[in-house]
Amino acid sequence: MSEVTFREAVRMALRESMHADERVFLMGEDVGRYGGSYACSMGLLEEFGEARIRDTPLSESGFVGAGIGAALVGMKPIVEVMTVNFSLLALDQIINNAATLRHMSGGQVNVPVVIRMSTGAGKQLAAQHSHSWEAFYTHVPGLKVLSPATVVDARGMLLAALDDPDPVVIFEHSGLYNMKGEMPEPPPAVDLTHARVAREGTDVTLITHGGCLRRTTEAAAALAERGISAEVLDLRVLRPLDWNTVFESVAKTHRAVIVDEGWKSWGFSAEVSARIAEDAFWMLDAPVRRVAGVEVPIPYPTHLEQASIPQTAQVIAAALEVVGHG
Amino acid sequence: MTALPGRGHALHLLTQMVRIRRFEERCAELYSAGKIRGFLHLYIGEEAVATGALRALGPDDALLCTYREHGHALVRGVPMNKVMAEMFGKQEGCSRGRGGSMHLFDAEHRLYGGNAIVAGHLPLAVGMGLGDQMAGRQRVTACFFGEGAIAEGEFHESMNLAALWKLPVLFACENNGYAMGTALARSESQTALTVKAASYGMPAVSVDGMDVVAVETETRAIVDAIRAGGGPAFIEYKTYRFRAHSMFDAELYRDKAEVDEHRKRDPIPSFLRRMIAANTLTEEDLAHIEAKVAEELSEAVAFAEAGTWEPIEELTRDVYTEVGA
Amino acid sequence: MGDFVMPSLGADMERGILNEWLVKPGDAVAKGDIIAVVETDKGAIEVEVWSAGVIEELCVDEGTDTPVGTVLARIRETENPASEPSAAATATPSPPPEPVATTPAPPAPAPSAPAEARGRVMASPWARHLAAERGVALTGVTGSGPLGAVLGRDVPAAAAKTAHPKPDKVDQLAAMRRAVAKAMARSKREIPHYYLGTDVDVTGALAWLARRNASVPPPERLLPAVIWLKAVAAAIRKVPQVNGFWQDDALRLSEPIHLGFAVSLRGGGLVAPALHDVDQRTPVELMRAMTDLVTRARRGRLRGAEMTDATLTVTSMGERGVERVDGVIYPPQVAIVGLGKVVERPWVVDGEVAVRKVMHVSLAGDHRAHDGHTGGLFLNALADALSAPEAL
Repeated sequence: MSEVTFREAVRMALRESMHADERVFLMGEDVGRYGGSYACSMGLLEEFGEARIRDTPLSESGFVGAGIGAALVGMKPIVEVMTVNFSLLALDQIINNAATLRHMSGGQVNVPVVIRMSTGAGKQLAAQHSHSWEAFYTHVPGLKVLSPATVVDARGMLLAALDDPDPVVIFEHSGLYNMKGEMPEPPPAVDLTHARVAREGTDVTLITHGGCLRRTTEAAAALAERGISAEVLDLRVLRPLDWNTVFESVAKTHRAVIVDEGWKSWGFSAEVSARIAEDAFWMLDAPVRRVAGVEVPIPYPTHLEQASIPQTAQVIAAALEVVGHG
Repeated sequence: MTALPGRGHALHLLTQMVRIRRFEERCAELYSAGKIRGFLHLYIGEEAVATGALRALGPDDALLCTYREHGHALVRGVPMNKVMAEMFGKQEGCSRGRGGSMHLFDAEHRLYGGNAIVAGHLPLAVGMGLGDQMAGRQRVTACFFGEGAIAEGEFHESMNLAALWKLPVLFACENNGYAMGTALARSESQTALTVKAASYGMPAVSVDGMDVVAVETETRAIVDAIRAGGGPAFIEYKTYRFRAHSMFDAELYRDKAEVDEHRKRDPIPSFLRRMIAANTLTEEDLAHIEAKVAEELSEAVAFAEAGTWEPIEELTRDVYTEVGA
Repeated sequence: MGDFVMPSLGADMERGILNEWLVKPGDAVAKGDIIAVVETDKGAIEVEVWSAGVIEELCVDEGTDTPVGTVLARIRETENPASEPSAAATATPSPPPEPVATTPAPPAPAPSAPAEARGRVMASPWARHLAAERGVALTGVTGSGPLGAVLGRDVPAAAAKTAHPKPDKVDQLAAMRRAVAKAMARSKREIPHYYLGTDVDVTGALAWLARRNASVPPPERLLPAVIWLKAVAAAIRKVPQVNGFWQDDALRLSEPIHLGFAVSLRGGGLVAPALHDVDQRTPVELMRAMTDLVTRARRGRLRGAEMTDATLTVTSMGERGVERVDGVIYPPQVAIVGLGKVVERPWVVDGEVAVRKVMHVSLAGDHRAHDGHTGGLFLNALADALSAPEAL
């Protein structure tokens, strides 16, 4: 057991995969000489060389598409898009190509590309560097979408994504890169099929993922002090989502609060809420509540930025409300 | 002046062009009859491009095309039966019926579509070239696109990446003068496409796309250079489509006279005339080819008619490699 | 017709006292409902029913001591479960949630028409589901939800509550005292205890903990007890013979490490619920689980499994200022670890006398299951684990 940061866990996976399989390479803006905008690939250029740690021009559509093309001919590319905000320039490639090629070709080709991108607010980077577009990608059949919240998942899910024959998009919340966590020795393999019960509870289910897990877990601890036993689900894999675990938990607690940094309207939390209403309606003792992003482009000043994304206190308040406690 | 082909070679070129022409004429008919639906973009008038250019590629080279790709699929060797079944949407089609006219795929023949986002497949070609380069394979990826794609950002991103990394990619521009209904001069500040391409530091040539012999000769020279490690290259085929952009197009954007003028340069009769003049082919050869193609075509239509619809229970297959979403 | 019998809640449970009925004849019950509280050697445990229907007869009075398997109640299966939501429920609006957050709480539900004005009973989907399943009419059920809405918990509980007021606190305490008395008497009667003890220098462990706590946010900070429990689990991994049960004249080792953790209850009484899989959980998880367990133990909300699953118990008397404790084994467990108060003592380090923080660690072992040699190995392993806290 050793303590590593989320960033180091990502780097562990990059190194391990590149040592294990020469088809793996990393491509993106400033992944090489600069060391990665979030320093995930620091030092890898020296270790693996320019061909495999490949700096690209500022051409998101071009290099994401190139990653897809390389995957078509048997490579295992890891494409780093600096932030999810820039990935909008590559949406055509990800949605029109990566997600469709297998289907359009009647199953003849597959696209084992891994696309990593940072996501989320919290660093005062304002409205063009702070958004959470998980909802865009989870909307698309053909993509797998991951949202690691722990160091074990940061490493393990990247490795599992490389073993996956289909295109995988990984969201790394920018607020997590410095987070430390325990990495067991040897580091464990993880699956891409299950949500994780991060904390067991009986009174209310708090459903979250990625960057919101910490605040949600804090909320659960605070709720415990008030005698409310909150179960916390770390969804991990946003698509295809492990609905069984969600429904089982709701069947136990009869109450659900969804915590997601993306905007509430038409967002990721909307889908989770709708599914619970559709498939777990008769289990509910209270309306589903959502703690989600406020409908505003993320502002620069820290007090406004924090007010626009879920806070621990809001999670507590929502949980208390559905539990019916004051 | 390029050398004229010998008899066997000439027969091949003529046969391929006739196959495309007759196949597409029948498609137009079947479309009107409701057998083929969706969009149908015909290649009639442009047959010399696919026919000549694809002869310059080896079987290991990869091919990416636009949604006007029936001709490329047929010349590449995808059986006409499977292409027609795909047009019908039958599961015996080359893409299991999932793609239709715009998305003909055949992994065995390294045909990677049938891509219907203009310029969207150019980055893919770059990546395929990158994969080949990294793996040390001597393959070329040929990417066909219309001149409309040149206005897209993805064209420029892809040209830059391929040139920067010296990738074995052929950028093959089929310039038929119109992006749907927009003439080149109405959409491009610089209509000399080779000038744009050359700015990326790669070889760029232009060739008469109505002359199948010139197409083949120029393409072969440029593909050989790419294969030899020269990095990417750009080739423009100046061509013309005789039919509308798609079946549902009133052609308000061009004169009938303009079309008639281009029809005089129809690649099939003009090639035949040259071959007859050179005593390489005869009128009887054409008649023989027509008869064979008619037979192939009627078999293809029968095959497509007899094809089956994929059961609805299989609707969500091939979304992921494992079944289920 | 189904019988509800005195359950076996642990491998060694032979008898139980039907302490309290939570239902009365005529009440509808569903599979999984808690319908009785049973006093066992290990404390009062809420017992659930495994069939659905209507209670026909309660066969045993409260306070009766009965063997496992005795029929306690007869249950008639419901023929035609259907609810007729017609008139209004008694609406007893609950007070609005008090603000808990510095950030504004989500708006409370918009005031809606009183339940009775709608012409139908306000009830949650889960309550309707339960009511339909059991053939209970929602009319007349007092709802505990907002605006008096009937919630799932109200359906089985409503009738029971009115008929059976909870026994008063004195009774509960007496019952718990009786249970402890029974278990301890059995232990001393049947188990040949042997006792070992040693002082352990925990200066390093506490210093490490202080450093760690200073570098993490409050929710991730740990109490020393977490380190002690992790150390016990680590020692068990090395000397597994102390972790398990004495059953049918044989030692049955347990692969999972569930540590019983003695919790004294406010107002008296003692329970030792199990912290599950102590070796598998991170210290932070364990800390949270422990807090949760203590809270629930003191609110009387322990689950059956937590009362019966412990594979070894740890008793810590440090908080009570006691320097040394030699425990009494909870049968059928085969050992109990006792932790004393941490005291500063003169201690020889590298040939010199220094002031160190020292804790007395004891082991009471079941001599039928193992002997002093094993116990000694275990205490050594425990001392080793405590000297390298970062490995935990």
